[in-house]
Amino acid sequence: MQNKDIKRLSLILLFAPFALWILLLIILPHIGMVLLSLREKIAPRVYEYSFANYLDFLNEPIYWNTLLRTGSMSLLVTALALLIGFPIAYYIAKIAGPRARGGLFLLCLIPLWVSDLIRAFGWILLLRETGVISNFLMWTGLTGQPIEFLYNDAAVIVGLVYTVILFMIVPLVSTLDGMDNSMIEAGYNLGGNSFTVLRRIIIPYAMPGIVAGCIVTFMLTAGSYLTPILLGGKNSSWFTEQIYNQFITRFNWEGGAAFGMLLLFFTSLVVWLGLKLSGQTLANTVAKS
Amino acid sequence: MQLKTRLAGLMAATMLASAGTAHAETLRLLTWGSYAPEELVQKFEEEYPDIDVEVTFSNNEEMIAKLRATGGAGFDLAQPSHDRIYAAQLEYDIYKPLDLSKIDTSVMEAKLLDGVKANTTIDGEVYAVPHQWGTSGLMANKSQASDFKSWADLCDPAYKGKTSMRLKRTILLGTAFSMGEDPFAAYSDLDKYQGILDKVADKLIECKDNIKAYWKGGDDLSAMMLSGEIVASETWDSTAYKLFDQNSDIVFVPPKEGALAWIDTFALPRKAKADDAAYKWINFVLRPENVTLMSSSTGAIAAVKGGKDLLPEDKKKAVNAAFTDADIDNLKFFANIPPGVEDMEGKTLEKIKAATGG
Amino acid sequence: MKQTSETYDLECFDLAKNFGPVRAVKDVSFEIPSGSFFSILGPSGCGKTTLMRMIAGFEDPTAGEIKIKGKSVLGVPPNRRNVKMVFQHLALFPMMNVYENIAYGLRCAGFDKDHINRKVHDVLERIALPDVAEREIHQLSGGQKQRIAIARCMVLDPDVLLLDEPLGALDLKLREAMKIELKLLQHQFNTTFIYITHDQSEALVMSDNVAIMNQGKFEQIGTPQDLYHRPQTAFVASFVGDSNRWSGTVRSGDKTGGKVETDQGLMMSFSTGKGQTIRDGDKVDIFVRPEFIKTVRRTKSKAKTAGTDNQMDGTIDSLLFNGANSRVLVRTESGELVESDVVLTGDNDLKPGEEVSMVWSSRQAMCFSRGEQA
Repeated sequence: MQNKDIKRLSLILLFAPFALWILLLIILPHIGMVLLSLREKIAPRVYEYSFANYLDFLNEPIYWNTLLRTGSMSLLVTALALLIGFPIAYYIAKIAGPRARGGLFLLCLIPLWVSDLIRAFGWILLLRETGVISNFLMWTGLTGQPIEFLYNDAAVIVGLVYTVILFMIVPLVSTLDGMDNSMIEAGYNLGGNSFTVLRRIIIPYAMPGIVAGCIVTFMLTAGSYLTPILLGGKNSSWFTEQIYNQFITRFNWEGGAAFGMLLLFFTSLVVWLGLKLSGQTLANTVAKS
Repeated sequence: MQLKTRLAGLMAATMLASAGTAHAETLRLLTWGSYAPEELVQKFEEEYPDIDVEVTFSNNEEMIAKLRATGGAGFDLAQPSHDRIYAAQLEYDIYKPLDLSKIDTSVMEAKLLDGVKANTTIDGEVYAVPHQWGTSGLMANKSQASDFKSWADLCDPAYKGKTSMRLKRTILLGTAFSMGEDPFAAYSDLDKYQGILDKVADKLIECKDNIKAYWKGGDDLSAMMLSGEIVASETWDSTAYKLFDQNSDIVFVPPKEGALAWIDTFALPRKAKADDAAYKWINFVLRPENVTLMSSSTGAIAAVKGGKDLLPEDKKKAVNAAFTDADIDNLKFFANIPPGVEDMEGKTLEKIKAATGG
Repeated sequence: MKQTSETYDLECFDLAKNFGPVRAVKDVSFEIPSGSFFSILGPSGCGKTTLMRMIAGFEDPTAGEIKIKGKSVLGVPPNRRNVKMVFQHLALFPMMNVYENIAYGLRCAGFDKDHINRKVHDVLERIALPDVAEREIHQLSGGQKQRIAIARCMVLDPDVLLLDEPLGALDLKLREAMKIELKLLQHQFNTTFIYITHDQSEALVMSDNVAIMNQGKFEQIGTPQDLYHRPQTAFVASFVGDSNRWSGTVRSGDKTGGKVETDQGLMMSFSTGKGQTIRDGDKVDIFVRPEFIKTVRRTKSKAKTAGTDNQMDGTIDSLLFNGANSRVLVRTESGELVESDVVLTGDNDLKPGEEVSMVWSSRQAMCFSRGEQA
């Protein structure tokens, strides 16, 4: 009996840090945000509970347009990261030798060693009108005058893809790695051409990895702040920027909290839709990789 | 920078502790980048060995947000601009009144001191005294934009794609002045102010086509200006002075409508724990020999008598190249922001950012 | 070089494959008649998998020629060859159910829905698993998976079916059962099976013909009985079945047989293997299978039994009881251990420590010249 109690106690002690982490750093702050988002400012230091902040969002096209814009650009970034990341992951997992693999993985990892800010400045140096690429084009004579690549949506997308692609590659490599090579050979052996093998065998097999990678990249992209701000142009609004503005510039914490919750709901909705459409579950994708 | 100071503080603390003398007090400064140069911090800690200085760099908005989050705790001395005290105090109760007897106000430029006091007095209590002042205005590369002189010139098609601005309240106010309005006068009538903001928004959306990009900080503004990608921009004066150092063609231009002047102040957060150390810091940095050190780091003019003369030589040259006495008389000091205006301005800025103008 | 003929499903001529400096397959030639069960037996690393991958088209030969149904397939990509393959771990597609797995190849070939449906159910009937079409792969037993893997290939009517040690992953009991089942399936489909294995009992039980492969070369091709009783090389003799082995020097020999003095100094008579030429003074290896050695209690009278021209005395070291396959280990006077099969009746059997004589006929003593074993 005593032994059982000791076991139970040790289990509780083991579990406690995790439970505390979940409670203190995840659940409580979110409850706080929800409560904050439901307060409406009536006068200085006077608040009332209402849905006014959410109604504000619905009534102001700028807000929901920005959210939709953020969402669609994040989807585009996710799709591009998948298109570029899949061949890289396939190469690392299936074609490169065991020696080269470590090196290739390291190469993918290097961008993460520097901060978001430095990475963005790197892109600025490359893309600006007087930057490396523009100068190179002038030097080769392909163009007569400097070209501005920076300050537009394309620059934002390039910067974001660069930042998130590793999070696409890692789960893809780990699923493709688990795939027996003979599965691919069987696909050819039974009469499939390269396209059939890719479409009917490799992609379905890698689906959990694809979905896991897409969820992570989408979440990271939609929630990113520095890259879209620094590389974006005059019209490139990003939803996180609006959350920041609400909190910091406008001192409207209530509105900012509501926006934060809306971003959470929106991204969760997109992820849920993605899971439904691909027929995957969270348990066999993100939880697995 | 912050880390270094902390390290220095830590080392000093250990040395003191081992020496077994007085126990150390910490002064936690919440201030602007470059407002606590290391040299000055060291000097202060030498003079007051029982005080360690910890510095957190921030800006107006973040200072208020930080103090609001804690109800005024976590810092012992804050340095918001003079127009950011009154409303923030009314709304969030984050500051406490100053004990003016502990500050050597006699060294301060009377005009600035009275201005700040008038702006930050609530129920007869004064909440802030001036530290440094400066302006927001324009800068231009004289070799390419010699007749640049008005806020409206930013939108002049002659400079299409060659100008920049920061999408913050300064440009809203500047543009309002350039359209013949007086936004500060309209603070008392928010409906009227909204009308002005709408007009300003239309003008700035129309102007988007003319702008290369909105700058976000001194670094990207400097890079664009030095590389020649832009020839003129809305700017902080200190940034312009720094660039003048590197390229004497780049000068600060006080707009003909009047440069917008700000005064950064000293204010005590409500739950500050080291008031005495804070007062010591205030009196310390206002001493003439320290004023020069401070100004060479910040590029701003100290709010003491003869502050301009205490500027380091290079800055003095830049200021003299930019300002005539008439310009100084024409300065428009930021007026106290009444509650709600930040929200209105924020919304206007979002509208401009979201609009497709080119 | 042999003439191409329609009666061969698969022919290989001087097939070779090098991986850098490593010669994995060296000039292999063989042909397989239609509808036969052909095994390639060899130790791991002998090149049999490379050979099979060349036939399937996953590797390009360095030299030589492969013909299927009389037509060269060099340069034909794997998906265009009518050679199907059952992989070592079967490689069933886990994201498809049984029906989709079997239909995959038919879809690739572009058949219409009805045709596919009919063929899939047809083949499931033939492998006696008519009700599993809608099951997921992980719901199948090991033996069922095996049969689905074969059905997935057979539904495409291949000219040749390659099987790469498909029984390796099964447990012993199931493996025994599957051996018989594979043979039956091959009869039923009447397709040429090429079976790759390192397990001699699989090869011997199922095959019409077996090729013994060693270090990239075919040592011998023949029926299982041929290989067992008339090995042509020392490697085949030692690899197929169990044997006792002695090394020695020929003292007198001719085309049919002779006498060898073993390294231990014993004289032993032998008969020459097919195609071997043994000369006096040659260093040779002698192989004698345990079942051909008769072990009896030693008696005082040293009368020789007719036809048993070899005899050796020793002491029983240990008894390995395994029912009908029981065996004794005898330590000879010169100290080596010799294996011999015995029949144990449970009554007055041999016991460890007993003095015995072992006798065998020179016809059962296979002799190979040493130099042959590279």
